[in-house]
Amino acid sequence: MNTREKRPIIEAAGVHVEERPPRRSTHFLELVDVHKRYGETEVLTGIDLAVEEHQVVCLIGASGSGKSTLLRCINALESIEAGAIYLDGVEVSDPDTDVNLLRRSLGIVFQSFNLFPHMTVLRNITLAPRKVLGLSRAEAEERAHTLLARIGLDDKADEYPDRLSGGQQQRVAIVRALAMQPKLMLLDEVTSALDPELVAEVLGMIRELAVEGMTMLLATHEMSFAREVGDRVCFLDAGAILEQGPPEKMFTDPDHPRTRAFLKRIIESGRL
Amino acid sequence: MRQFFDTYLSWEHLSGSFPAVWRGFRINLTLMVVSEIFVLVWAMVLALARGASTRVLQPVRWVAIAYIDLFRGIPALLVVYLVVFGIPIAGVPWVSDWSLFQLAALALTVTYGAYVAEVYRAGIDSVHRSQTSAARSLGLSHSSTMRFVVLPQAVRRVIPPLLNDFIALQKDTAFVGVVGVLEGFRRAQIYSGTHFNLSSVTGLALLFVVLTIPMTRFTDYLLKRDQERMRASA
Repeated sequence: MNTREKRPIIEAAGVHVEERPPRRSTHFLELVDVHKRYGETEVLTGIDLAVEEHQVVCLIGASGSGKSTLLRCINALESIEAGAIYLDGVEVSDPDTDVNLLRRSLGIVFQSFNLFPHMTVLRNITLAPRKVLGLSRAEAEERAHTLLARIGLDDKADEYPDRLSGGQQQRVAIVRALAMQPKLMLLDEVTSALDPELVAEVLGMIRELAVEGMTMLLATHEMSFAREVGDRVCFLDAGAILEQGPPEKMFTDPDHPRTRAFLKRIIESGRL
Repeated sequence: MRQFFDTYLSWEHLSGSFPAVWRGFRINLTLMVVSEIFVLVWAMVLALARGASTRVLQPVRWVAIAYIDLFRGIPALLVVYLVVFGIPIAGVPWVSDWSLFQLAALALTVTYGAYVAEVYRAGIDSVHRSQTSAARSLGLSHSSTMRFVVLPQAVRRVIPPLLNDFIALQKDTAFVGVVGVLEGFRRAQIYSGTHFNLSSVTGLALLFVVLTIPMTRFTDYLLKRDQERMRASA
């Protein structure tokens, strides 16, 4: 039977048949042997990682181990030299993939917040929903106000970012990403630029997201937090995942001597 | 001392030449405003072309770079001379029929577009890459990112150097007297030629200064207001 001839009938019935590329990975997010280099320096030396929906996966490791680069590669802010990245069955690293479309389903939050300083908090949050998703101003603002009210910052809607504390700015940055209704959140050391007393409010918000079932991949130096919210912890060393496992095992009885050495340094510096 | 004042600031000649000089100066003013508007737009086109990053647009980028190098190198006076005298006889379609004033505006736009394009570019480069990353990661296209995130910040930052170029442009409107436009300098020259006194030119010089200073102060005020709105702590 020729399936092509069926099409018009379906369309006449008003059924929209979406042409989807064949699913190329069975995992929600999958990285296969990903390599990335900046000039002579190989930053990622073969990353294999799979994340399922509603999982929270924490990336730990020394500065320069490739955590940030890994996150930037997943939403195609950086191109990769070899390997493949699949999100929800679509290959991110395929040059034919529409990255703008892909990024709608990915939220990323940066260490340095990166709010737009010339826009109010409200406009920061509504910009992408309006310009990318095509929401009306009223719809986008309603969504923003709801989110801001949820985190107790609705009174800051008309302020400029520089008037907010670091913790507030970072929470607004998280809301800005959430306003796009992403399927996956990438968090890149989101508390590293914060004063210690402001870290808790941001971690609290991420904890809520985790409990509510948001799929997250987060690079962090907050070991006790990783241990608490992570379904799995990956230790990165020299651009590769040296070891991964459940937090309890990773933090108490890791297999690899390098992981043990890293955690020992962390414990000695009083961060676990 | 007396002689000095008689040469440059004779009241008789300052007031006597004023009506003619003022009439001419109004042409400078119009020329300045018209050219500035076109410069702002043309320079933005050049700056964006120069910053083109995709491989397909590389030729556009090279053309923009060549244009900027060329017209920043040629003295404005020469461009005015070549355009205003040359275009009508060069048989360039459409443009050849333009009036002296229109051609003068074209010449100034061509020259100052190159300067201002570089000012814009410096502004665009000064916006941190992380702003682009944040915008792109939200799914905004390259052009939306430029339009809503990069350019608004870039333009704010380059307002002082932009004003600097505009003051220079304002003064260079005096060049078009050379090609026969009866602007302020040409009027002042005619007056000083017939009365053997330079006060008409001094008077014009004062008009230029009087125009510049409030403009600078106004821009300072705008910048300060903008900064206070964004930076001051609550």
